[in-house]
Amino acid sequence: MTTLTVLLALTGVLLLGSSRLSISIRLVAIQGFLLGMTALWGESGFHAAGLSSGLSGMLVKGIVLPWLLLFVLKQSGARREIEPFIGFGASMLIGLLLMGLSAWIAWRMQLVEQGLSPALFTVALDLMLVGLFLIITRRKAITQTLGYLIMENGVYALGVGAGTEFSFLLEIGVLLDVFVGVFLMGIMIFRIDREFEHIDTDRFIELRDTASGKLPVEAGEGVR
Amino acid sequence: MTPSTMWIGPLCGLLFAPLLPGVINRVKAFFAGRRGQPILQAYHDLFKLVRKGVVYSETSGGVFRFAPYLTLSAVILALFLMPMSGMRAPLSFQGDFLLMVYLLGIARFAMVLAALDTGSSFEGMGASREVQFSALAEPCLLVGLLFLSAHSGRVGLSDILGRITAGSWQDMPAMLALLGSAWFILLLAENARIPVDDPNTHLELTMIHEVMILDTSGPDFGAMLYAAALKLWIFGALLLNLILPLGPPSPWVQIPFFVIGMLSIAVTVGVVESIMARLRLLMVPKLLIGATALVTTALIMKMAVR
Repeated sequence: MTTLTVLLALTGVLLLGSSRLSISIRLVAIQGFLLGMTALWGESGFHAAGLSSGLSGMLVKGIVLPWLLLFVLKQSGARREIEPFIGFGASMLIGLLLMGLSAWIAWRMQLVEQGLSPALFTVALDLMLVGLFLIITRRKAITQTLGYLIMENGVYALGVGAGTEFSFLLEIGVLLDVFVGVFLMGIMIFRIDREFEHIDTDRFIELRDTASGKLPVEAGEGVR
Repeated sequence: MTPSTMWIGPLCGLLFAPLLPGVINRVKAFFAGRRGQPILQAYHDLFKLVRKGVVYSETSGGVFRFAPYLTLSAVILALFLMPMSGMRAPLSFQGDFLLMVYLLGIARFAMVLAALDTGSSFEGMGASREVQFSALAEPCLLVGLLFLSAHSGRVGLSDILGRITAGSWQDMPAMLALLGSAWFILLLAENARIPVDDPNTHLELTMIHEVMILDTSGPDFGAMLYAAALKLWIFGALLLNLILPLGPPSPWVQIPFFVIGMLSIAVTVGVVESIMARLRLLMVPKLLIGATALVTTALIMKMAVR
């Protein structure tokens, strides 16, 4: 259990430091797999209550969604590097700060008295913050989808930590939502790429009608 | 444990440290299909250098003359603080891990000053890189020691490293594995090994450690070489304390195991050097920050689990 949470926290930090889109997607896949295993194992050994939510989590988060994103990445001719607004080293250091903050919040909430796992809560909060941070500081539409996925992973970890008795239906509902969301985002990224030949969100501010009614093909060149 | 056996570890270090570069070179030669220099080459070099005269340039001042010996003595002192082969260090007191880190810092500081004192812009460049990378590498060492200190609840180097047992590897395999891999990166970075610095290139713009000792000659150069070998021994011992926790059966069992462990670390370093290329200079800070991130993750999760 501790091993799983440590590895989950590690994927969060590595995601902030990775400079390749395909590696980031694979890291998210590993993260989904680890989360599924966390749900299966729980606090003390294997337990059947987490079976369905763990397995479905592994399937959707570990296989289907990463595969979809890799497919979109291959289809859109986007450059394989991530273009950050904040550098990778600084991102990792900020990620460590976020992890420390999460651990501090978990400690302040005195979770042990309520029978909850502070380690899992730390990881959950950390993943949510990391997801948000990635959404803010990365430029590509596909990394924003990834950030959204990581945030959802954090919520899932929170659900696992809070106990799995009630949460099965809830988890399935959320998983379905995320699946549809990521699916739509994938299609949209694909469309945007085909229409404008890039998926750089920084240039979306340039989208407007021109006098001739045609969209500028290489918008935003003069701005930066 | 009798006090006399505590001295065996550091004395082994003083005696066998020049063996490590020899082993590394032999492994690299094996990978390249060469026969390679003798394993004892570093000893021959040291004896040759000690008998030679020294050349000082006109621009260099007093700092250049005493810096090699300051480096050597700081490293030797650090060696006597480091517990080896599951035994306590001969010199140990509460909080001595800070002293060890700072002694290594002093050794580096003296080397950098000597490099700057030569007045060569080339050496200044190496000094600047050395300082930049060490500023990123030191947190990795310190946070790792803090993590072990949190694990053992002690603040003495011999205590915190002595508390690692096979049982702690069962309790927290992930955290200790993170620490071990980060410290291996640290060992490579601190000893100017390949993903960070290339010890073979003597006249290239990317080198770090070698460029700083380019103008030192004779016994001074011997002191620098010996200090570098001892530093490799210290970091190897640090790593070995972590990954090969030797219980307290008897010093006569532990010491052979320890020396074999050190030699296998040297072999590993040689293999890494043979199969990897040096990183681009801009990538090195990322590697070191990554190593620091690994140990900090371990520390934070350790605090969270508690």
